Amino acid sequence: MSVLIDIASWVCLVAGGIFCVIGTVGLLRMPDFYTRMHAASVTDTLGAGLMLIGLVLQAGPTLVAVKLLIIGLLIFFTSPTATHALAKAGLTRGVKPLLAEDRSQPSKR
Amino acid sequence: MYALSSILVLFAFWLLLSGYFTVFLMTAGAASAIGVVLLARRMELVDHEGHPIRLSWRVFTYWPWLFKEIAKSAWDVSRIIINPRLPISPTLVRARTSQKSTVGVVTYANSITLTPGTISVEVRRGEILVHALTREGADSLLEGEMDRQVTRFEGLS
Repeated sequence: MSVLIDIASWVCLVAGGIFCVIGTVGLLRMPDFYTRMHAASVTDTLGAGLMLIGLVLQAGPTLVAVKLLIIGLLIFFTSPTATHALAKAGLTRGVKPLLAEDRSQPSKR
Repeated sequence: MYALSSILVLFAFWLLLSGYFTVFLMTAGAASAIGVVLLARRMELVDHEGHPIRLSWRVFTYWPWLFKEIAKSAWDVSRIIINPRLPISPTLVRARTSQKSTVGVVTYANSITLTPGTISVEVRRGEILVHALTREGADSLLEGEMDRQVTRFEGLS
């Protein structure tokens, strides 16, 4: 049984690591400010999420697991808030998004 | 009502983080939970926005759905990143919001941002300006499935 949990936990940890690397590669490859943020959000959802699940499986039913889940909850609430703040600051300061299509017509610009 | 449940939640939070179960320390923890809520009350933060208990049980139907969506779109974005041609078509769209309370709109905007491939850039009255990584992502958002889910989660209508 513990071997099974170990395997599941390592699968989660390795997959989370892979998604973190993918997010970082995307951060470097994307052409502009806004698209880069999309790549970064892969890292802090699937990447961090899978790693936390893997660590919770390693910790077992202890207080450490609860703390890891609380860290997950913290990321779950703060990362979209920070991303939104960043995007809005960018738009307000006039960073023009590189667009294939703009369907936001009756706006102020 | 809000104060009582805030105290309980804060005390449970303290207990889980500290891991102390001796009588003296638990009393101290309970006292600090009550103290924090009293201070928050003076700052007029103890209300349905600071502590939305009305939403609490529906979380267990909404979050699993949201996690599924996040996993799906994170997978899509990962495939776009790995694809050597980088097939992106960034699009700005305006998504309608049908939520009635500010908590509902915030939940919707945060859910949009949390899903890789879409970022809510600006929240206006009745709509959210969304930057999507691909045209398909923007279209699937405009179908409004997430909007309906959040409105059901909000549970006012």
